[in-house]
Amino acid sequence: MMAYPERVLVTKIGFDGHDRGSRVVAAFLRDAGMEVIYTPPWQEIEAVVKLAMQEDVDLIGVSSLATDHLIMPDLIAALRDAGMDHVRLIVGGIIPQNEQPELLNAGVSAIFSPGATSEEIVETVRELVVEARAARECAEEM
Amino acid sequence: MPKIASNTDSASLKEKQAKWQIRYDREIGRDRTVVNRSGVEVRPLYTPLDWSDGRYDEDLGMPGELPYTRGIYNTMHRGRTWTQRQLIGLGTPQDYNKRVRMLLQQGASAISLLPCNSGFRGIDCDESPVPLLGTCGTVINTVDHMDSALDGVPIGEISTAMNDPTPFTLFAFLLSVAKRRGVPFDKITGTANQSDYISHFVANHMFYRLSQPGARRVFVDHVKFCREHVPNWNPVSVVGQHMQQAGATPAETMGLTLSTAIQYADDCIEAGMSPDKILPRFTYFFDISISFFEEVAKFRAGRRIWAKITRERYGAKDPRSWRFKFHGQTSGVDLTQQQPLNNIARVTAQAIAGIFGGLQSMHTDGFDEAMTCPTEDAARIAVATQNILREEAHLCDVIDPLGGSYYVEALTNEMEEKILQVMDVIENAGGMYNAADAGIVQRMIGKSAFEYQSRIESGAEKVVGVNCYQSEAEDGEVETYRPNREAMEAQVAAFKAFKADRKQADVERALDELARAASGTQNVYEKVVTAADSGVTHGEIIACLRRELGFGHPLMVA
Repeated sequence: MMAYPERVLVTKIGFDGHDRGSRVVAAFLRDAGMEVIYTPPWQEIEAVVKLAMQEDVDLIGVSSLATDHLIMPDLIAALRDAGMDHVRLIVGGIIPQNEQPELLNAGVSAIFSPGATSEEIVETVRELVVEARAARECAEEM
Repeated sequence: MPKIASNTDSASLKEKQAKWQIRYDREIGRDRTVVNRSGVEVRPLYTPLDWSDGRYDEDLGMPGELPYTRGIYNTMHRGRTWTQRQLIGLGTPQDYNKRVRMLLQQGASAISLLPCNSGFRGIDCDESPVPLLGTCGTVINTVDHMDSALDGVPIGEISTAMNDPTPFTLFAFLLSVAKRRGVPFDKITGTANQSDYISHFVANHMFYRLSQPGARRVFVDHVKFCREHVPNWNPVSVVGQHMQQAGATPAETMGLTLSTAIQYADDCIEAGMSPDKILPRFTYFFDISISFFEEVAKFRAGRRIWAKITRERYGAKDPRSWRFKFHGQTSGVDLTQQQPLNNIARVTAQAIAGIFGGLQSMHTDGFDEAMTCPTEDAARIAVATQNILREEAHLCDVIDPLGGSYYVEALTNEMEEKILQVMDVIENAGGMYNAADAGIVQRMIGKSAFEYQSRIESGAEKVVGVNCYQSEAEDGEVETYRPNREAMEAQVAAFKAFKADRKQADVERALDELARAASGTQNVYEKVVTAADSGVTHGEIIACLRRELGFGHPLMVA
């Protein structure tokens, strides 16, 4: 049992405005008892980092339906520069298989494609939040 | 002698049906409840007790005649097939040109242009991350880009649809190209596919381009400009597609779309335009989902409602004002990443629903369209699907072939009721503009999206390859379209050089005039067109209008 609920930011970066997926996933996570911070689409990377910091989130879920995942490495770099390495990242949507390894190598923890169930997503987020909190404690002790 | 019509003896029919019902119940055991996406309960059998010929005149009439249920033209597809209009947008203007020429050669009878997502965001290519450029649409930022994109395309002879949200920069570039080529404006035909700013606000969150009041102003000026100068262009396309893709049910979509059309008609009339001057140029753009009969009924019901609104609410006298002209696109949401070739079958079923629904123009999705901007093979098969349905399956031979089906007519009436209920909700909220501003529409769409996803998760809604008939073997790898990075970098470099080399005084003057029109009462769109002529870019036009007419704000929805 978590001392306090998982804090998750659900967002979209880049240029695509289709938010059906991000809204539905945000609602599933909320119904699973998590605290969900939701943004509309078209977020600038700097804005996402700032919000993640202000809201002290454990995990960021990025929805990408129209190639916006191609700038995920920029978000990862910006989080690292802001000293937020502990925050876990997941991506959901349309990520072609040949482009998945690059994201996973860059630091994305999980990728969800169409057909993923809410149960799988909730389960993975819970596990990753445990990891994020451990990583954070570890970093703070150093 | 052929039997023309039988006056069904309803008492004896009731008795027969009751007997059948007993046999049915006995054989089927426990029946499942079937409810369509719009919430209409679908029964196992329909008979003249649900709909009968006695209602023919009131509900149907003849094609090309009120209430237009059977189609808006006398001859429908037998006289003139639907326009094959594939949405196209990819890469650089040169990439687009190559694709558009291929599709025209293969039977597409009209063209369309989708801009790069950076364009939707309201910025030029030099402000965008290069990896995102041209992946989902063509980079068109200037009149020169448009000229290259349409190189060799006879713009005075072929109809064009621009996916061109407010402030309609692409159309301004098209007009500039027409001037360059000496094509008179009255030869320019086609549709401003994405003129529906409200659908952008509620379903695509396109608030960054302009504020909602700003978008409303530009919309009305654009309609006025087109009616005065480009008489054969359809400046209004009300887009139900966005809302249905975002999760609205088919009935909600039709209701919200018709309510949006009412908002636009009200606004144009308030600005002094007469109903019969503008309504003939209203067009619609819909999603065609795979819920086959529901879609057919949605279109038939929508057509009937619009004919009533145009006469009763606006007193339109011209039959062209009453006709509900629509483009249908097979729904991408129904396509799956799993077993992608299955999507060819889905698109075929969707397309048939659109054809039986009486559409005027159609886009069939490529089987890879859920994953990528369609590759060449997928684009070719999508066009071939339409050709096969028309030429081999003979779907154009008979007008409204489902008309008179007890089920389809009863469903059309039930869908009509559902649609009217949604329209009442919007009317009570003060119209679509206010309902969108208050978040009512967004909540409705969000709720339906969530419910539909829950139905897929529970298995109530089956999706082959996703929650049933899964197969590990054929797990979806399709070729993904990505523009050539070097060509795109060259495009950005050339664009920067163009900006540095153009006559800066002309650019400044045009932007100054645009700003003055926006802050005053002159027609803003006229100045957008002048700006395009003067080498002003897409991003510059939007930035100027945004300063004058205000930023949008995100519509936050719980």
